[in-house]
Amino acid sequence: MSTPASGHDNIVCEARQVWTVFDDNVVHENLNLQVRAGQIVALVGGSGSGKTTLLRHIVGLTVPTRGEIFLFGENLNEVDRLKQQRLMNRLGMLFQQGALFSALSVYDNIAFPLRELKQFDEETICRLVMHKLSLVELEPKHGLLLPAQLSGGMIKRVGLARALALEPELLVLDEPTAGLDPDRSKKFIELIKQLKHTLGLTVLFVTHDLDTLAQMADRVAVLADKRIVADCTLSELGMIDHPFVNNFFHDISARMERAQ
Amino acid sequence: MAAASFHIELDQQGRPHIRLLGQWSLRSLENDFAALKTSLAPYFSDPFTSWDLQQVEQLDTAAAAVLWAGWGAKIDNRISLTDEQRAVFDMLGRLDISIRVRKQPDLIGPVVNLGKMTFEFLGHLRDLMQLLGLLFMEILYVLRRPREFPLREFSANIYKSGVTALPISALLGFMIGIALGYLMSKQLRAFGADIFIVNILGLGVIRELGPMLMAVLIAGRSGSAMTAQIGVMRVTEEIDALTTMGISRILRVVLPKVLGLTFVAPFLVLWTSAWSLLGGALSANIELGISFHFFFEYLPTVVQPVNLTLSLIKGLLFGFVVTLIACHFGLRVKPNTESLSMSTTSSVVTSITAVILIDAQFAIMTRGIGI
Repeated sequence: MSTPASGHDNIVCEARQVWTVFDDNVVHENLNLQVRAGQIVALVGGSGSGKTTLLRHIVGLTVPTRGEIFLFGENLNEVDRLKQQRLMNRLGMLFQQGALFSALSVYDNIAFPLRELKQFDEETICRLVMHKLSLVELEPKHGLLLPAQLSGGMIKRVGLARALALEPELLVLDEPTAGLDPDRSKKFIELIKQLKHTLGLTVLFVTHDLDTLAQMADRVAVLADKRIVADCTLSELGMIDHPFVNNFFHDISARMERAQ
Repeated sequence: MAAASFHIELDQQGRPHIRLLGQWSLRSLENDFAALKTSLAPYFSDPFTSWDLQQVEQLDTAAAAVLWAGWGAKIDNRISLTDEQRAVFDMLGRLDISIRVRKQPDLIGPVVNLGKMTFEFLGHLRDLMQLLGLLFMEILYVLRRPREFPLREFSANIYKSGVTALPISALLGFMIGIALGYLMSKQLRAFGADIFIVNILGLGVIRELGPMLMAVLIAGRSGSAMTAQIGVMRVTEEIDALTTMGISRILRVVLPKVLGLTFVAPFLVLWTSAWSLLGGALSANIELGISFHFFFEYLPTVVQPVNLTLSLIKGLLFGFVVTLIACHFGLRVKPNTESLSMSTTSSVVTSITAVILIDAQFAIMTRGIGI
């Protein structure tokens, strides 16, 4: 039962030699990234460095110009539709603005992916929705609200509950704390870390916020010069010689001391 | 990663003992809990069945909830679990699912709904009046300070809802003209009253059909676009952004649309009517042999010019009503997709209904003029 040296079976998602070209603008050039099970990986980089684009490739929203994306060992763009759908169900995505279905209540938003599976009756779905609400520390009565009635922090929580509805293995977060005040973003990070622990999740997230990064990430993947220039733990960043990474490490190390 | 499965064996007394195996979770892609539930259903209801979950590789809340529902929402000593699994079931049992309890059928519901609808209608009426009042105030304001007039938006609206509507309204008018002309020619020839085609088409198109066709067209084309645009501007808080810059939303958003379309509507009426008449004349030419020259020479002598004035007044009125209703519904959009689609639909339906009602009223009021 020993894992092969390459450790292929615990790689949750992988970008292999990815090129992304918009018109004349090369965003990713021969980019490689691996995310292993059980890690919390932060994807960082300057504005316009293509972080969100890479994230969208990984969750299957866009297809890279060249190269391959593997999710759970399968190439998302090569499997048939049913398989693709089931693979997508193994990841949950939290969008920056929540992307809740505005016409549906909180309850129906969370129930939506469960109903789409067509495997559960309404009573079971209700129990599962209530479970997800309690996971993100919301009360049952919040289920009746519409997305327009929620505060920014609650939108994120509901978005997270919906992302968790199908018990995914991989949680992908786009700017999880953007738009939250420091207190709330701290609580939200605690929540994600705790969920990661209880549900055995792998988390991949993009952030601009250094505090979020310092508090949450096990590993960082730094996107600069159109590729991943560093993929290591936060403390190992200091050993990498790259102008962006040096700068970045300088900013982050002070915060890390504070976080510990 | 073995899929969820179960194994049934009978003990000495013939009572089934069920062992669950594999991954009882959504992570295993082959699992179908609906099918598992169906195949386990006879055992769920059998009080003599014992269950063993200790060899399950992984049990997530989804699978646990299915089993829990099957066991009738309770765990008893027929079911052997690991401590971890017991914790999952305990947690499920503690959840409050009262939210799903449906309300009792309400006998006075229809009455309440009728009341709600009445109030909503009155609310619309009040808001429409308010909008009209605000619009009037803004017009007075602009008259005092002509420099504040949103000229760019005004001309943009003329272009968007007027100029770009020319091809489609010409096509529509022409086609309807042809169809009407053809049908009338057939009937009139039977009575030998060929010449009256000019009277009927002239009066019908200029006084009734032209303005009506134009109103329906702009309601569907420009009215819906206006509602959607203002609605999205509300959803994305653009309207609020305008207000915080000290710019009146009525002056900048509503007024140019209302004035623009009201201004351009009479011209659209003229244009649509002209193409309808042309279509009618073509039919008359083919079916009855009436020449174009004769048709348009004879037209002014049988249709009094005052009909044209009426038609242009109607055009002004319809244009105004359609935009006012479109803006009214746009400003009532709530920040969700459902409300946006509902408002856009309501806007088009209401403006067409309003236009037809006003047209009927107008026909009664002007029954002594021009006929």
